[in-house]
Amino acid sequence: MKSLGVRKIINNRIDQCFTELNALGRTAFLPYITAGDPDFETSKRILLGLPAAGADLIEIGMPFSDPMADGSIIQASSVRALKSGQTMNKTIDLVRRFRKSDSKTPIILMGYYNPVYVYGVNRFVSDIKKAGVDGIIIVDLPHDADCELYAPAMNEGLSLIRLVTPTTDHARLQNIIQHTTGFIYYVSITGVTGSELTNIEEVAANVKRIRSASALPIGIGFGIKTHVQVAEISRYADAVIAGSVLINKIAGTLDENGKSTNKTVCSVLNLVSKLSLPLKLKV
Amino acid sequence: MAQFKALADQPELDKYRSGPDNYGYFGNFGGRYVAETLMPLVLELERAYDSVRCDRCFQNELRELLNHYGGRPSPLYLAERFTEHLGGAKIYFKRDELNHTGSHKINNCLGQILLALRMGKTRIIAETGAGQHGVAVATVCAKYGIPCEIYMGATDIERQSPNVARMKLLGAQLNPVTSGAGTLKDAMNDALRDWVTNVKNTYYMIGTAAGPHPYPQMVRDFQSVIGNEVREQMLACEGRLPDSLVACIGGGSNAIGLFHSFLNDKQINIYGVEAGGHGIEVENGHAASMTCGQPGILHGNRTYLLQDDDGQILEGHSLSAGLDYPGVGPEHAWLKDKGRVQYVAITDKEALDALRICTQLEGIIPALEPSHAIAYVMKLAPTLPKQHLLVMNLCGRGDKDLFTVTRAIGMNI
Repeated sequence: MKSLGVRKIINNRIDQCFTELNALGRTAFLPYITAGDPDFETSKRILLGLPAAGADLIEIGMPFSDPMADGSIIQASSVRALKSGQTMNKTIDLVRRFRKSDSKTPIILMGYYNPVYVYGVNRFVSDIKKAGVDGIIIVDLPHDADCELYAPAMNEGLSLIRLVTPTTDHARLQNIIQHTTGFIYYVSITGVTGSELTNIEEVAANVKRIRSASALPIGIGFGIKTHVQVAEISRYADAVIAGSVLINKIAGTLDENGKSTNKTVCSVLNLVSKLSLPLKLKV
Repeated sequence: MAQFKALADQPELDKYRSGPDNYGYFGNFGGRYVAETLMPLVLELERAYDSVRCDRCFQNELRELLNHYGGRPSPLYLAERFTEHLGGAKIYFKRDELNHTGSHKINNCLGQILLALRMGKTRIIAETGAGQHGVAVATVCAKYGIPCEIYMGATDIERQSPNVARMKLLGAQLNPVTSGAGTLKDAMNDALRDWVTNVKNTYYMIGTAAGPHPYPQMVRDFQSVIGNEVREQMLACEGRLPDSLVACIGGGSNAIGLFHSFLNDKQINIYGVEAGGHGIEVENGHAASMTCGQPGILHGNRTYLLQDDDGQILEGHSLSAGLDYPGVGPEHAWLKDKGRVQYVAITDKEALDALRICTQLEGIIPALEPSHAIAYVMKLAPTLPKQHLLVMNLCGRGDKDLFTVTRAIGMNI
């Protein structure tokens, strides 16, 4: 990995957010939604409502036709978004509109490499930075496959959040930390998004392993579905990430044609309030 | 001085056969684009494969299996009536459809099952399109008593029912895939999702020369037995190397298997035949990823893909389930850019005509996949002189396609 000549800027919204919450002794709540699911307007309304509902940071999925690390719930959300005409330009536009009313909440774009590669890596980092994005997670671009995105992202001052998983060994962990900014995303299970989270002890042991190697904040995600799990996981995490459970809520409110109803926005936001509550009560 | 020159010539001599590099790249193509969960597994596989590549014991065991279980070497057959009918180049068929299980897929599966056993894996998963790879996987798993689960698109299950029955009889668990168009691409997505979930005991047996490194290299190596045999057989029967090679391409395993041995023999013309479906001018109506696609990243490697302007992968179409894939192995993508192999497309209809003509002139019912190669031979051979030696890989037999073919040509049975 070539990191010479790379300027690491570390004072973006993500770092500020973790610094502030850390001072309060609080774990962050980080909800995931797919851009354009079920349609652009509805996802914009959900996004705009997230901070007030309890989101400390927000992860926005860039829809992809072949989301190989995702379970059926998030796959379906990608399909709905693409069907309703979501594109990379619209996803960036979504962030731009969010930033008109919120200049504080960090936004992280998550997705797969192909749409980014086709959009053009340099154009991508420049456009999303201008729109107000703070960090990116590219699932199928682990640090040792990333010889194209790392340097441009660092130079734009974007955080490059990497995944650490139960299969990551010590040597890989050391390298991943070297090529991560913002926070480390610990994947709590071996499996796709939305699977069952069963082994909390393993999570605790692995997070301990990461902490002894790095001072970066740690977000924990995959399989977190209840406020009880949120509370439990928050004992180990700087941020608790929830995705499939929210997307499933969206899916449950749609009409028979897959269109949003008047319940869609409020039920997702209510769920965000409920899930994030244990983290606020801890203060 | 002469010594320096020889050294300088060295890379040129092995210009087309030295890939991939240590990171799994053929030029810009290939690589390892998988989620972090899978990276340690892919690296473990790479180490395991490196250790058996030059292991004589492993290679001898594989050779024995290929010969006595797989039925190798497959004949190189002079298609006399077909040659006469076309009135040009002298046409040889490499008869890989005569292998056990009915296609070239067994070459790769025998190699990979031996590797999986050495790695101590106790569960095999695989994707399949036409079902030929699935049948080969189910076969080797039955032989070694290892449980296997095969992901197959729901659309493909319907159009390849004889292979579905074979896999089930062999004891495989078949998992229908309904996402996307329910074809090979979607089956591969779900197999990857299985692998990411079952990281400890599971070996993913990819059937084509695609996927993350080391799969493109490993599958190519296991399939290279095809070209190596052709080289020997051609020298034995004609006293010289062939002038042209033709093979069909979905992911491209049979093609790279035939081509690889000959890549540095620059006088040999090499043609890869993609699925033109309804015609390459029909939007999303074909599976010709190299003729019409753009570079992108899917299933762990960078290669030519059928995709829209926003980087979303298209479904594509081919009557042939085995070619119905929007990507292609990265080595082919590189050979295209290098100009070493010419990639062409053949439509569903041309392939069906070729299937009928081959069957009626030679008494061989080819699968729909090599029927694409046959159709291109029918265009190419008449333009070539009679002493021109052309080898086409007849990589699969047509039993599995009888229902699709009879329906498509409106035959009452």
